[in-house]
Amino acid sequence: MTYESNKAIDANSITIDGETVPFDAGQTIMDAALAAKIHIPHLCHYPGLTPAGNCRLCMVEMNGESVAACVTQAQSGQQVSSNTPELNAARLAITQMLFVEGNHICPSCEKSGNCRLQAMGYYLGMLEEHFHQFNPRREIDASHSTVLLDRDRCILCDLCVRASRDIDKKNVFAIAGRGIHARLVVNTASGKLGDSNIEENDLAAKICPVGAILIRERSFDSPVGERIYDRRSISDTALTEHVPEKEVDRG
Amino acid sequence: MAERKIKIATTSLAGCFGCHMSFLDIDEKLVLLNDRIEFNRSPFTDIKQCSPSDIGLIEGGVCNADNVRVLREFRASCAILIAVGACAITGGVPAMRNYFDLRECLEEVYLNGTGVTNPQIPSDMELPLLLDKVYPVQEVVKIDYFLPGCPPSADAFLQMLVPLLDGQKPRLATDQLHYD
Ligand code: SF4
Ligand code: SF4
Ligand code: FES
Repeated sequence: MTYESNKAIDANSITIDGETVPFDAGQTIMDAALAAKIHIPHLCHYPGLTPAGNCRLCMVEMNGESVAACVTQAQSGQQVSSNTPELNAARLAITQMLFVEGNHICPSCEKSGNCRLQAMGYYLGMLEEHFHQFNPRREIDASHSTVLLDRDRCILCDLCVRASRDIDKKNVFAIAGRGIHARLVVNTASGKLGDSNIEENDLAAKICPVGAILIRERSFDSPVGERIYDRRSISDTALTEHVPEKEVDRG
Repeated sequence: MAERKIKIATTSLAGCFGCHMSFLDIDEKLVLLNDRIEFNRSPFTDIKQCSPSDIGLIEGGVCNADNVRVLREFRASCAILIAVGACAITGGVPAMRNYFDLRECLEEVYLNGTGVTNPQIPSDMELPLLLDKVYPVQEVVKIDYFLPGCPPSADAFLQMLVPLLDGQKPRLATDQLHYD
């Protein structure tokens, strides 16, 4: 056997939609895809943070089995399909469920144009929400001077929880309850953000993919036409996101 | 013989007429369209009753009993029904009342609100009964096409209508898809 063919067999590689993608030991399918600049749709994953696997947008078919790419280790020989009509239809349904479970009125939302849930809707061609709206009644927390928490739009992605705990080292947020009763809580005696030590430059204050955690007095900063997803698709921006290195060092 | 004109009916339910304004933004193309379409019941014509039409455009969500009646009249009269704009498709800004009970809303506005004089909740035969929630139109009747946006741009209206006039299925370009 020649050296070349040996190398091919031993190489750490998987295929994604037919394309050969190398990976390093310990990487997930999502890590390998992102390194190869392949977009697997995701909302609760943010490179640089430990994956949580809770939104299920990154669902792929791996050797005939459905798995979440952000929490599945890459292993040699895996054949992964991601960009298929079936998977994108499932992702569309998940996105629609995320919309109806919360209170999302994009025309009146400060995050509109910069929102990853909305951008996912655009990417998947969502024209309507399909399911009955839940109209949940959730608490707004306006107790902090610079950071606002509007739970109406929270999709329980857990990014703020991980960012605050692992990077900011403040542990400001947690998700309490399970299933339909799950909700975002603030880890203070009063349960209020104003009594926490969160600051507007914390990663947890900036990482929310939707308009649930907002920096006050910064709303509508960029005019329509100049917002992130006015110009680019989430399939493009998602390839460039990473927790800033200095924050990882801090973490 | 001249080609039969395509009949279009339009209405605004719980909407702000912004979608209608945006439709008129197609400007001079409206003159071109005018050779091929004619308006039936619409705020543009002031015709009050919808007779059989080819296309119906619905702006606004469903917030009261009269909206339900008009929407059903449109579904019964229009071969193709299009939900236009965020309010028709999701309830939109009027649906912000959905997070409160109807009674709470009425009491806040007509009884306990700041500056209310002679507090009383209006109840007149003339007033359509409010529904418990504001509903997307597709919760009430079958909708054939959706044209999102708040409002959809003039170009989006054209992308929807021009293929339909030619008997084709419309498809909104990705850059025209927005929810705000
Ligand atoms: S958080 Fe995003 S999806 Fe929700 S209302 Fe705001 S812009 Fe729309
Ligand atoms: S507040 Fe934002 S970041 Fe935190 S869980 Fe909700 S959606 Fe995710
Ligand atoms: S990105 Fe993998 S489950 Fe959310």
